Amino acid sequence: MTQVQTIPLPTDWRDFFALTKPRVMSLVIFTGLCGLLAAPTHINPVLGFTAILCIAIGAGGAAALNQWWEADLDAGMRRTKDRPLPAGRMSRTSARDFGVGLSACSVLVMGLAVSWLAAVILLVSIIYYAVVYTIWLKPRTPQNIVIGGGAGAFPPLIGWVAATGSISLMPVLLFAIIFMWTPPHFWALALFVQSDYAKVGIPMLPVVAGEPATRRQILIYAALLLPLSLVPWWIGGTGMLYGIAAALLSGTFLVFSARVGLRSRSGPDDPMRPEKQLFVFSIVYLFALFAALVADRWWMVQGQSV
Amino acid sequence: MTDRPNDESPLYGTPEWTERRRKVIRQRNVVLGVVLGFFAVLFFAITIAKLSV
Repeated sequence: MTQVQTIPLPTDWRDFFALTKPRVMSLVIFTGLCGLLAAPTHINPVLGFTAILCIAIGAGGAAALNQWWEADLDAGMRRTKDRPLPAGRMSRTSARDFGVGLSACSVLVMGLAVSWLAAVILLVSIIYYAVVYTIWLKPRTPQNIVIGGGAGAFPPLIGWVAATGSISLMPVLLFAIIFMWTPPHFWALALFVQSDYAKVGIPMLPVVAGEPATRRQILIYAALLLPLSLVPWWIGGTGMLYGIAAALLSGTFLVFSARVGLRSRSGPDDPMRPEKQLFVFSIVYLFALFAALVADRWWMVQGQSV
Repeated sequence: MTDRPNDESPLYGTPEWTERRRKVIRQRNVVLGVVLGFFAVLFFAITIAKLSV
């Protein structure tokens, strides 16, 4: 391990923190919290906080394992070459142990303190991300994002199950919404960083199937997301507030996706503005949709108590 | 592993290197202490919450 010999100092705590991908974790915490708050039951605030903490720690552990496995690939990409492992500020063994430790602790605490069903789903989500996505699918198939994206769809399901102790149609729908949202979100990113993915041999769809096919699939997924996001309202799981928000947000998402899906790159110097706008809006979309879900639930509870 | 001193570093053995190393280790110990303390408090809070459920 020549990498270890070049480490000048003990690993800084900030590098361990960076290993958990804090920015991705913020989205995980938010959707997990929304799942917990939108559930039609009350959970003790301490146990609710513990559930969200476990979801966050589990996501952090999975992210650390992802970076442990992909350290060599990360070193070859501009976006990731400064991460603690490729930059040589941490040994791979430390990253692996940190990831395994966080993952095990999160599942154990979730089971002991909150719910064993939620703990099992949390364990499945960690294995899904660290093994099924990172090790198995990502280097093998251009559909890696579609199937692997399921890992990011688990938090609201876990949050809901932590609150209710059981699985019903609503949390499965929340899972499905994030599952359907992931391909356009990641492929928009892959379109403007595709040269990096190609360099390290990751078969992202734009690299393998080409840009036109990727743009077409972005549009298809966005079109499917629109009716899917309305199903929670249609089955009576949410009120009108969510229904209106979902229609507006998903409609806008479809417009942004159509701008990407119905164009082609003008040349090598194309600034890829629609793709970048779609990527940014996709993040806003998910935050706003889940915020609407919680606001709708709060509205319904307020209406009942008056 | 990561705590192993690097004898290839040009700064190795100098007072600056030793001071930087001490600082990083001190910060790590403080953060670890805060995290463990937080979990100790959380443990008691969960116990109380479980008793009241």
